[in-house]
Formats: sequence, C-alpha cells, structure tokens
Amino acid sequence: MKGSRTYRISFVLLALALLCAWLLNISSGSVSIPFTDMISTLFGTSPEKASWEYIIWNYRLPKAFTSILVGAGLSLSGLLMQTLFRNPLAGPFVLGISSGASLGAALLLMGVSLFTGYTSFSFLGDISLAIAASIGSFLVLLIVLIVAQRVKDTMALLIIGLMFGSITSALVSVLAYFSSAENLQRFIFWSFGSVGNLSVNQILLMGGIVALGVLLSILSIKSLNAFLLGENYAQSLGVSLKKSRLTIIIATGLLAGGITAFAGPIAFVGLAVPHLTRQIFDTMEHKVLIPAVMLYGGILMLLCDTLAQLPNSASVLPINAITSLVGAPVVIWLLVRKRKMMF
Amino acid sequence: MAKTGKNILSISQLSIGYGSKTVANNINFDLGAGMLCGVVGVNGIGKSTLLRTLGGFQPKLSGDILLNGKPLEKYSSSSLSKELSVVLTEQPASKNLTVQELIALGRQPYTNWLGTLTKEDKQQIQASLDAFLLNELRHSKCHELSDGQLQRVLVARAMAQDTSLILLDEPTTHLDLYHKVQILKMLQELAHNKQKTILFTTHEIELAIQLCDRILILDGKDHPFGDPCQLIEQKHFDQLFPSEMVQFDGKTGSFKVNK
Repeated sequence: MKGSRTYRISFVLLALALLCAWLLNISSGSVSIPFTDMISTLFGTSPEKASWEYIIWNYRLPKAFTSILVGAGLSLSGLLMQTLFRNPLAGPFVLGISSGASLGAALLLMGVSLFTGYTSFSFLGDISLAIAASIGSFLVLLIVLIVAQRVKDTMALLIIGLMFGSITSALVSVLAYFSSAENLQRFIFWSFGSVGNLSVNQILLMGGIVALGVLLSILSIKSLNAFLLGENYAQSLGVSLKKSRLTIIIATGLLAGGITAFAGPIAFVGLAVPHLTRQIFDTMEHKVLIPAVMLYGGILMLLCDTLAQLPNSASVLPINAITSLVGAPVVIWLLVRKRKMMF
Repeated sequence: MAKTGKNILSISQLSIGYGSKTVANNINFDLGAGMLCGVVGVNGIGKSTLLRTLGGFQPKLSGDILLNGKPLEKYSSSSLSKELSVVLTEQPASKNLTVQELIALGRQPYTNWLGTLTKEDKQQIQASLDAFLLNELRHSKCHELSDGQLQRVLVARAMAQDTSLILLDEPTTHLDLYHKVQILKMLQELAHNKQKTILFTTHEIELAIQLCDRILILDGKDHPFGDPCQLIEQKHFDQLFPSEMVQFDGKTGSFKVNK
C-alpha cells in the first residue's frame, strides 16, 4: 500500500538509465562512430561510412541486447534463489546449475578429443557449445528436481546443490588436467563469459528461454512473498510448497542455465544485483523487486560490457572479470554504509 | 462422542507423534466459537506436536480432528488457509518487511494471483493494526521491533487471515510479565469480540487459569480438559509437577515453591 507512486518515479528513472546505458554501450567500441551518426543509423538512415551501419546492426546491437538479457535474467534468477532459500548468499550458482553448464561445455571442448581422439573442431560451432552447456545445466537441474521431491528441507537442498557444484567442477578440473593446451584455452575463453558473438537466432532462442523464466517468476510472485515468512507460514497461507518450490527452481534453471549456455558462466551479477536493488528500493514485495532487479541487472551488464570494451582498441576484457571488479566494491560499500544486510 | 454441529474444533481419540514414536495419545476435547483455550504441560509432553498436528504441518497417528465438522486432512492447503491461521515459535525468515507488509501477507488466501489488496483486505489489515495497537508502528521494519511488539505483529497477521481457528505456539515466551498479560488479554478480546476460537500452548499456567475459557492439560495419561475452575476443583493441577519441588494452591490458583 505504501507509496506506489514513488516506485513509479523510480521505475521511470530506471528505464531512462537503461536507455542511456544502452546508447552508451552501442556508441562505444573498437571503431569510433560519432554519436549523431549512430543515432541516425538506429533510425534507419545510412551513415557516412557503410561499415558503420554494418558494425552497429550486426555487432553492437546484438551485443547490447544480449547484455540486457544476460543481466536481467541472471539477476532475476539470483532473486528467486535468495528468496526461496531465504539466504542472502544464494545465487544462480548454488544449485549447481551453472556448474552443470560448465561441465557440458568442458565435456564438449576437452572431453570429446580426449575420449575419441578427435582433434578436429570443424564440427564444433557455437551452437553445439550452447547445446552441450544447456544439456549439462538441465541434467544437473533434473537431478536437483528429483532430490527436491524427496528432501523436504530447503537448507539441505541448498547444500546438496553446492555438493553437485563441487562434483561438476572437480570433473572439469580432471578434464582440464588431461586436455591439450589448445582445448584448454578454448574452454577458458568460454568460462570468461562473453555477450558478443551471438547470432540473431541464438539471441532469439536465449530471449525465449529468459521470457519463459520471467513468466514463471511472475506466476510465483505470491508464493515468493509468502516464503519471506518461512516455509511453515507460507504453507499456512495456502501455498502449496512442493508446487511452488518446483516452479521457482525450474524458472531459475531456465534463466541461469539458458544464459550460461550462451554467454558463459558470468559471475557476481546474480548474487549482487538483488542486494543492490533491495538496498535502493527498500522493499521485499516481489511485485516491485522482479521488474527492479531485471532493470538493474540490464543496466549493470550494459555498463560492464561498455567498460570491458576498451575505448578505441580492439581488445575486449573478459566480462566476468569486469562484473566482479565493478560490482563487488559497490556491494561492499553499500553494506558498510548501511551496516546491515537487508534481507 | 461429542456433537460436532457447533464445535469449531473437535478432537477425539487423537494420537500424535512422529512415525513409530507416539508422543501423546487419547486426546479428546471440543472447542466452540469464541473460546480461548490454553494447552499446558511439562516440557516434552507434546504441546508443540499437538499444535503442529492441528495446524496440518505433520500427520496425526490416529484418531479424528474435525475442523468445522470436516476432517482436517480433507482440506486442501488453500481452503485450510481460510479456516486456520497459525503463530509459530519460529521467527519470520525476513525481518526487512514493515509491520503493515507482514500483516498484509495474512490476506494472501483471499487475494488474486498477483496478491492485489482489495478495499476489504485493507479494512481487515487496518482492523488488525488497531486491535493490536500497531498503528504507530505500521511503517517500522520488523527488525526494529522489540520481542513484545513483534509478537503482537505476528498475532495481528493471524487475525488478518480472518480464520475461525487460530493456533499459537507459546505466544508468551521471551516476554516480561506485563507483555505476557497484554498479549493474552488481546487474545481474549479477539476470541470474545470476534468469536474466534483460539488455542495456544503456554507455560504461564497461572495466567491461563485467570484468562482462558478452557484449559487442556497434557499429562501423558488422560489429558484433562475443561473450565479452569473445574480443573482446580478436580485437583488436576496438583499433579502437574513433582510435588517435592512446587505445590499448587487451589485457593489462589498459583504455584508455590517448597522451601
């Protein structure tokens, strides 16, 4: 009931910030394109140089949209995990979903040549990498779901998820140990995370998966709010524990698994953005938090990608490093200033 | 067996426990509308287990629990949430909610899929805030509250859920005498004015004797139930604790320590 109007203003400001971050992101890159030319290109007129049009439409726009999808989806999955487990440390990585994706990617990049002797990678397009990672994350998700049916205690489920994470990362280490330097390097590049290099079809596919995850999250708003009181209270409020836990876990799996498959394991965003949002919005109502974390996540990811793209140079820093370098100090600063974990 | 027509809660031959371990059996009692009932007994006798069973959090071992004449296990979780609300000993998982937000969650069984509050919901929330003197605190965060205030908020939430039966597990623990009396008085008013049936476990036997309409004594044998004065006359409180330590004085309705 409290001040829905104040939230409206915040949301308008956030949307504007997202737009600015988006424009900033598109305007920066290895080739410097004047801002006015960029705007006119976006509105359909051809710029001075034909290559600029090509760069904007085929490289920068897809990258910007990927950033928004990745940031929004990972942040939302982090919010879902933190509320479901009522644990401020939870993130998309805790259920082992991202580790599952890593395992899938590692098996494809390092395992195939190891087990079959194939060294030619001609058949390994980016799509097959995404498929392998998706299969990996969904296999882990499936196991977690089966366990979730049997284990009633959410905290036990959290620990089981962490254990799956360790098992998969151990397997990845073993694979890495035996794999050739070339294959290892490919895997490491994937694990740096990347929001570029996705084709339009890949972005559409990822967008579809993220949309499905968002839809399930919206359907879970009421149970998410009830979970704030604890599982027993939620049950007494008419929440069907099994069903809503399952829905929330599937939503997280779709969001975190789908995104990791295409963009690599991007750290930090899922853990940090929900905290940033709660600090700034100061509410626990998921009707407000869900759109807010998605906007914040999108903005943060666009800004990080802009930073990763060193101005006027061809080199791009790993996005994974940037998200942590930028985000972690912000969270530390917020917590030290307020001296309290808002949960 | 007792008639179930007017009874909100009707318990017969109830056995409670976990799996093969029976905690208490042969529990029988009926509660009508508007009754405040305390459940007393020594630690570990099964007070909380009884409450958890009645609240649908764990299955009964045998016997019958009728809520408004219908077996408890026949209720779906959503229809049960309109008949029965609980106040548990566990703290709410998030204390970053404001008092008003937390009480508003009590309206969840009645709201639409997005949890939008209607005018009626808001009236109920306001009534709960008023009844438990929380109007001044409505925008405070729960982590800012004292134990007594938080307990009032949790009971107010149960009231906002607008159910015929409210179960409370030790609502007076961690409170000083004044706040214990305050919360029990508020529960009594809620029961009598709004015709709610309220069942709570407590160690405050002396207060329960003064304020409750009915008391259930879990003693591990025949679990006497009735009007507090009746129970005193039948000397049921005398054997509640080993008599070499404390003795019950029926005239004053209080316990005395043996010197």
